[in-house]
Amino acid sequence: MARKRREVEIVNDANENAILNKETEGLSQGQIVLRRFIRHRAAMISVVVLFTLIAVVYTSLDWRLGDEKDPIVIPGWWKYGFEDMPELRYGADCVGDSIGCPTIDAVPFFDGDGIALGPHPFGQDDIGRDYLALVMRGAQRSLLVMFIIGAIAATLGTVIGSLAGYFRGWIDAILMRLVDFIITVPVIIIGSVIGFHFGNKGAAFLALLLGLFSWTGLSRLVRGEFLTLREREFVDASRVAGASNRRIIFKHILPNAVGVIIVSVTLLMSGAILLETALSYLGFGVTSPDVSLGLLISNYQDAFTTRPWLFWYPGIFIIIIALCINFIGDGLRDAFDPRQRRRLSRKEKANARAMANRSDLA
Amino acid sequence: MFSYILRRLGALVVILFGSSFLLYNLSAISTDPLGDLRTSTAENKEYLILALTRELRLDLPPPLRYFIWLRGVLGIFTGNANFGLTREQEPVIEAIAGAIPTTIRLVAVATIVAIVLGIALGITSALRQYSRFDYGMTFFAFLLFSLPIFWVAVLLKQYLAIDFNDFLVTAKISPPWIIFFSALVGLFWATIISGTRRRVLMVFSGVFVANSIFLSFISATEWLSYPRLGPITIFIFSIGIAYAVTYLSVGLSDRAALKSNLLLALIGVIIYFPIQSLLDSNRPRVGILTLLAALLISAVSVSFIFARIDRGPVIRTSVITSVLIGALILVDQMMQAWRPYVESDDVNYRPVATIGQSTIWLTEVSFWVRVLDFAMHLVLPTLALTLISFAGYVRFSRGTLLDVLNQDYIRTARAKGLTERTVIMRHAFRNTMIPLTTIMVGDVAGIVGGAIITERVFAWQGMGTLFNKAINSFDLNLLMGVILFLSTLAILANLIADLLYSALDPRIRVGAGK
Repeated sequence: MARKRREVEIVNDANENAILNKETEGLSQGQIVLRRFIRHRAAMISVVVLFTLIAVVYTSLDWRLGDEKDPIVIPGWWKYGFEDMPELRYGADCVGDSIGCPTIDAVPFFDGDGIALGPHPFGQDDIGRDYLALVMRGAQRSLLVMFIIGAIAATLGTVIGSLAGYFRGWIDAILMRLVDFIITVPVIIIGSVIGFHFGNKGAAFLALLLGLFSWTGLSRLVRGEFLTLREREFVDASRVAGASNRRIIFKHILPNAVGVIIVSVTLLMSGAILLETALSYLGFGVTSPDVSLGLLISNYQDAFTTRPWLFWYPGIFIIIIALCINFIGDGLRDAFDPRQRRRLSRKEKANARAMANRSDLA
Repeated sequence: MFSYILRRLGALVVILFGSSFLLYNLSAISTDPLGDLRTSTAENKEYLILALTRELRLDLPPPLRYFIWLRGVLGIFTGNANFGLTREQEPVIEAIAGAIPTTIRLVAVATIVAIVLGIALGITSALRQYSRFDYGMTFFAFLLFSLPIFWVAVLLKQYLAIDFNDFLVTAKISPPWIIFFSALVGLFWATIISGTRRRVLMVFSGVFVANSIFLSFISATEWLSYPRLGPITIFIFSIGIAYAVTYLSVGLSDRAALKSNLLLALIGVIIYFPIQSLLDSNRPRVGILTLLAALLISAVSVSFIFARIDRGPVIRTSVITSVLIGALILVDQMMQAWRPYVESDDVNYRPVATIGQSTIWLTEVSFWVRVLDFAMHLVLPTLALTLISFAGYVRFSRGTLLDVLNQDYIRTARAKGLTERTVIMRHAFRNTMIPLTTIMVGDVAGIVGGAIITERVFAWQGMGTLFNKAINSFDLNLLMGVILFLSTLAILANLIADLLYSALDPRIRVGAGK
């Protein structure tokens, strides 16, 4: 009986495989990956949330372009800028005599009125600056730092890793020793040293320097990929056909390693936003008058018992951004993983079982 | 093997040389220790600048200064290392030596808790792949990945220290909270023990009722204000431990192991009475050692009595049980110190500490109150560090176990007719531990680096504080000392990880075929 069941199971497996194979018939590798990614529900939700958040954050404040005195102003949807100082609400305006309380009312009907933003939805800081504007500005800075670090680390890591893995020999030895030098010191230490000295030069410059030290892990991964891929037949074939080194690296090997790179860069970016906030918290990152999410938390952590909103809102933004990126990275990893099998839905499983039973009867 | 280690140690020196040169120059070029003086209004400003320049050799370019510093450091090979002085004229090596124990205490406990919990939950998650528990755990792990540690720390301070201390004054759990906690625990177990809807409901209601009764009992007896275990509770717990350890390690069908473990639980309670006076005496360390020695000796002897053949697994199981029972007795001892500790003037009914590594002005107290004080100061930082690092272990052990379970030898083991417990614990779990071990060792340096933020949040005086001080006061010697320590730790940890890997996995031979 048990043996019989085992046989049915094997046929069942084969049928499930057949269903999965049928789906990928006639599709390119890219299309298969894209399909798998779109099917990853958490990753798709994260993509939507992240892009909405980016759009909201970057359109909220006024953009001032051109020279300082006579800028071209593109108005944002929010009425205050992060440097404006409207009148500080306190006393009778606020519940419980707090200073600069948030006016957002997200609970409909419960307290008698509907959903409303009010003049200062996230409250105000000590000197009356609108906290929504500050959080938006902080999120802009943190996102900018994240993307710059990601871009620089991706470029450097890929190029250095491919050169080391492809050419091997002394180029590999030199580049990998360089990686060793950097990788032995914890990132937070390098970041602090850099941030302390260059933090006042602006968030973008800080991100640029941090990016110069964040590519090491990625370059090791890429090197590993290249070391295995360069021994494969298709590389020999293109070399025999007379392709140059550059062509082999960029046209033949790199496309095969792109999965590893994309996944690792996504995870690196979620690490980057946490690194930036941690540095700003320690006082070695973005410094005032500029604003970042980590700096906001650091400034108002002591106010948690009396004015918790000053602490909650920047934290929630960090978590949403990092969480979305982590889920996107997870979705990409699943999508690029050739061993990954989709879980069949209950209906498809029933189909496979029915097919197995039918062949069993026959 | 020996030549491999020598080669790696040689590479270590080269790498340290390179990275220290890089960072020394980076920090030397970008700092200006004279900055404060230049803008100062002191009358003897010129003289001060000159003195500091001479003291720090600022007249030389950074690369040259690096070699002066290096000459002192290289003295380590001749026995008189000189890491220079800090700006307060204290030898750097002493400052670091003073900070290391604090940081180790902070990191060690958190790492152990994170590893044990992370592996347990990760493995459960893998065994219940694609269940609700698995999805929940995945989401939870990603959430923890995305949390900034200083943000969590502030939340912990508020809810687990300030509010919890307020709660401890009465220690009465209100009915809504009892229902909430019980529902949470019930949900946790119901998602792990999946199955038919009927079974899930049974598990949920069973756990819910048991937990509610338990919490009501705790609340009614004010146990949280007067915590104690006592011999009876210790005995009940010991029997539970005996069953659990036997089940996980050799299976309940091994009668010899089960008998010796149960007897061990009884011996534990008997030892409990005479050991009390020794633990309370003025030489508590002797008491601890005696307790452990007595338990270990009885563990080995009971296994010799009960097991005639194949003694190894039985002895192993008994030793694990005896250590756990010993820990239980020591916890009881700490609980006995709870009231004196809480009632002392300095603590003043606020036992969960938010800052510092110990209550320094707590003098003239017994050994156990001191230990309890250390423990209470460890709670919050440990929890913060654990929450952050345990997510990685959950994900990694889950992934590795799933990989291992797909291997052919697992199918072979199942086909031989081995029980599921043997397949999971003997064949799968042990092989999962190989890559996990190397990850754990490799993580150590990173965790020490991460402790910098934790130390700042909780005001601990460890490596992180030294590092902050070094940066903020342009103290190049101190900064380089800290960096050198951390990078040596990182490289050594990597070397150990590689050696462990080859020791655990006979297929891997390090240093061969190069």
